[in-house]
Amino acid sequence: MITVNKREIEYKEDETVTDLLKRMKYNFPLIIVKINKKIIPKKKYSETKIPDNSDIAVIHMISGG
Amino acid sequence: MNKQKIDKIMKKLKKSSIGIAGLGGLGSNAAIALARAGVGKLVLVDFDKVEKSNLNRQYFFINQIGKKKTEAIAENITKINPDIKIELLNSKLKKGEMERPFKKVDLIIEALDNAETKKTFIEEILTKLPEKPIIGASGVAGYGASDRIKTIKSGKLYICYDEKAKSSNEDILTAPKVCLMANWQANIALEILLEENK
Repeated sequence: MITVNKREIEYKEDETVTDLLKRMKYNFPLIIVKINKKIIPKKKYSETKIPDNSDIAVIHMISGG
Repeated sequence: MNKQKIDKIMKKLKKSSIGIAGLGGLGSNAAIALARAGVGKLVLVDFDKVEKSNLNRQYFFINQIGKKKTEAIAENITKINPDIKIELLNSKLKKGEMERPFKKVDLIIEALDNAETKKTFIEEILTKLPEKPIIGASGVAGYGASDRIKTIKSGKLYICYDEKAKSSNEDILTAPKVCLMANWQANIALEILLEENK
């Protein structure tokens, strides 16, 4: 089991950040991804595998300020 | 509240320093709130000048149109509290060294406007200054639906978040919503600085 934005979902072996974002249907262009409180830079999404029991935060950045 | 407790809080705030990246709707209002609260030092960064269209939500005045935002906000802060130390940087944050002006502050407020710049800035701070708390905001545009706003926390990152808000390209920017989010960020800042006093 992994947690994405406090929602529990099924753990999948060898799943990368890119795969997970696709599975969750998160297709916003500008997001911040943190796995177990550690920031994952965008260029590492396709090579970073998600460990079981991870706590993942996906935050969507929206223009305006 | 007893005077001793208040003195302790005011002393702690006076010793604190906060960096603010951007002095638009978020940054100008957060800076004023923190100045009023008694934060001792502010490091303020912006490259822009005050425009007439800013006045519907940003903490500037008609006679400041055309002035650098850094200088204009310093002027306004000084009118509230002349004892605050203010460090101004009138330039654009450069990709690859965005953390530079903020190395010595206790915490950082992200108050930029463009989503891409927000993301880049937050990622750079979290990577290069991993011990520094950073408070961002996402979903500033629009009005109403105040109850949708929440704080997302992950490690040292705090985001004042309205997930369902549209971007500022598709929705209006209004004083009530922008100031709400700016003050929300300032409120988190106080919470972090005064944590041990709880």
